[in-house]
Amino acid sequence: MAEIKQIVMPGDLISEELGKPRNGVYKNSDGRYCSSYFGIIQKNDQGVDVVPFSGKYIPRRGDKVIGKVLEVGPSMWPVDINSTYNTLLHMNDTPWRTTSGDIKRFLGVGDYVYAKIMTLNEIKESWITLKDVGLRKLEGGHITSIPAPKVPRIIGKGGSMVNMIKDATNTRIVVGQNGLIWIDGTPEDVIEAIAAISIVEQEAHTVGLTDRMEKYLKERSVK
Amino acid sequence: MPRDALGVLSEIKRSFITKQLKEGKRGDGRGLLDFREATITTNYVPRAAGSAMVKLGRTRVLAGVKIESGEPFPDTPNSGVLTTNVELLPMAFPTFEAGPPNETSIEIARVVDRGIRESKMIDTQKLVIEPGKKVWIVFVDINIMDFDGNLIDACTLAAVSALRSAFIPASKEGGKDMPLPVDQIPVSVTMVKIGDELVCDPDLEEEQLGSARVTVTTTEDGHIRAMQKGDTGNFTLEEIKKAIKISSDTGATLRKKYFS
Amino acid sequence: MGSESNIKLLDESGMRLDGRTPEQLRPIKIETNLLERADGSAYIEWGGNKIMVAVYGPREAYPKHTQDIEKAVVKARYNMAAFSVDERKRPGPDRRSVEISKVISEALSSAIMVEQFPRAQIDVFIEVMQADAGTRIAGLTAASVAVASAGIPMRDMVVGCTAGKVEGKVVLDLSKEEDNFGQADLPIAVLSKSKKIVLIQMDGDLSLEEFDQASEMIMKATDNIAEIQRNALTSRYSVENIGDGE
Repeated sequence: MAEIKQIVMPGDLISEELGKPRNGVYKNSDGRYCSSYFGIIQKNDQGVDVVPFSGKYIPRRGDKVIGKVLEVGPSMWPVDINSTYNTLLHMNDTPWRTTSGDIKRFLGVGDYVYAKIMTLNEIKESWITLKDVGLRKLEGGHITSIPAPKVPRIIGKGGSMVNMIKDATNTRIVVGQNGLIWIDGTPEDVIEAIAAISIVEQEAHTVGLTDRMEKYLKERSVK
Repeated sequence: MPRDALGVLSEIKRSFITKQLKEGKRGDGRGLLDFREATITTNYVPRAAGSAMVKLGRTRVLAGVKIESGEPFPDTPNSGVLTTNVELLPMAFPTFEAGPPNETSIEIARVVDRGIRESKMIDTQKLVIEPGKKVWIVFVDINIMDFDGNLIDACTLAAVSALRSAFIPASKEGGKDMPLPVDQIPVSVTMVKIGDELVCDPDLEEEQLGSARVTVTTTEDGHIRAMQKGDTGNFTLEEIKKAIKISSDTGATLRKKYFS
Repeated sequence: MGSESNIKLLDESGMRLDGRTPEQLRPIKIETNLLERADGSAYIEWGGNKIMVAVYGPREAYPKHTQDIEKAVVKARYNMAAFSVDERKRPGPDRRSVEISKVISEALSSAIMVEQFPRAQIDVFIEVMQADAGTRIAGLTAASVAVASAGIPMRDMVVGCTAGKVEGKVVLDLSKEEDNFGQADLPIAVLSKSKKIVLIQMDGDLSLEEFDQASEMIMKATDNIAEIQRNALTSRYSVENIGDGE
């Protein structure tokens, strides 16, 4: 049976002995640190975070995300990135030579892109770009999603978790920071990978998950 | 952040008001617990069964009472009916819009209604014409004409004044016209919390600055008959208890001043 | 408040019709995440109350003129099903539910970190499937759980309870009969830790002493109800509910 990380509720005190309070923590009117979320306490070298069990993606500049095109404008595509706010992709921020009014042939409604948050203002309007290494329109494969706060668990330390799943299931996987995940491979392998991802999602709050996943994936490949 | 119809409450005014409050004074020179001067003109609309125009500072409301015979509610066959309605007239403020009641006007009407009902100001048992069949229905309609804060207290003052001046048109039912039987006088006192201070009878700017609002309606015996907290801020229990004390003290003063 | 009745609400020893002591709560049960589509959800049974709450958002506020450039707008919608009460209730919002929706929205706004979500709205749908007195407080208590389960940042949980007066005695958590025929009803909701009051309403007749007694009862009860909220949220993540990879 797995050990679980400490669960906290909004308003619960976060002891400063755990480390420097960081994300998901706020200072109350008495100057004490409290949790902002229903979630788990996550300690690391930089300090202590409270990671919620669920929630929308909160855009940060530089994040690479997977988004779905919602509309086609004359020169821009509004894109859903699993956040409170839609983002925008301008035709000049793509690798394609486009002209205004003629952008539909590059990206249509329902297409997925792997893009980078380029700018973000204080009222949470954001713009994405496709101009960077690896960024592109996603074609083929399959899409699954998890709550954005659990993305670090899917990736694992230095990509350990996702690489393990890729290797064991023979798939190509792109994890967006916003919780959308693109998987490519044979249909059987894709289903295997999704099953593994959903276990990580459901047990994201447990300790020793990487070891258990390693065992799980090994047993799967034997079958 | 406080804002008025046309934008944000000016930073200059905000800091002026908060600075004054620290000295125990209001932007307009009042003490923290002082009410603005009220002018009450009853029988303002003679065609109504009862009416009152109330000016509370620059807030102006007009309450009119109509009393008509009708059927009682099935669950209270031997009791008359009181209904209270508030309309935020577009003339009163740049952003008020004509149309059906919204959550603001409904809240005001219900808080005013609660104070009158729970104080037993009107003995509804005496409003029965024919038990189970026909009773007097008292309609209180309050129009907001000019808005400068604290509508709940202005409306309570107006409704209570109008009801006290109202008569039942009993001649229409073969009887003799008679004054509406009224007893207790409910007085509501609304406060907003600005910083840590409670401020009575807030004007519009103070309402915009306040983090939370509370209304306490009391009767002559000092008992609480209705309460309502509003806005997104909060109060400690001590602040609520203080507000209750302020309301019952201030209520007594207002009752004496306007209703004796 | 209530009309006169011949029903005796308290017996000689001060016990209530349903066998409770004056300070005893009705049974309360909360469950979370029963709904698939919503971002967060909670279900509460409190006495005979059965209430489902769904949370959507934060999402961009529409229509656009309802957006607040500085914070999210919390839009609670309290709704009673037509069949939730003895006499069929006409469906749709009436004046009472509009008022309740307003005070619940304001209470939740006190707790939610709305400033993190400019231009957004958070929808909280509170559906009363069966009503048995104290629905606004039960709905708000469940709504707080649903908001937390949606991963929305909050300063604190919101928890509430009612007290009232029956036959001259102050009692906690009014039953339907006590609500109908009692002399006062005082619902209060607080921020769970700081006990700051985010919702208070009252109707009826209470002396200052009775208010003190009633509010003290409520404050004490909120600690117990907050524990029920905590268990509802954490139980599905407890050790028993996770496998070990199989």
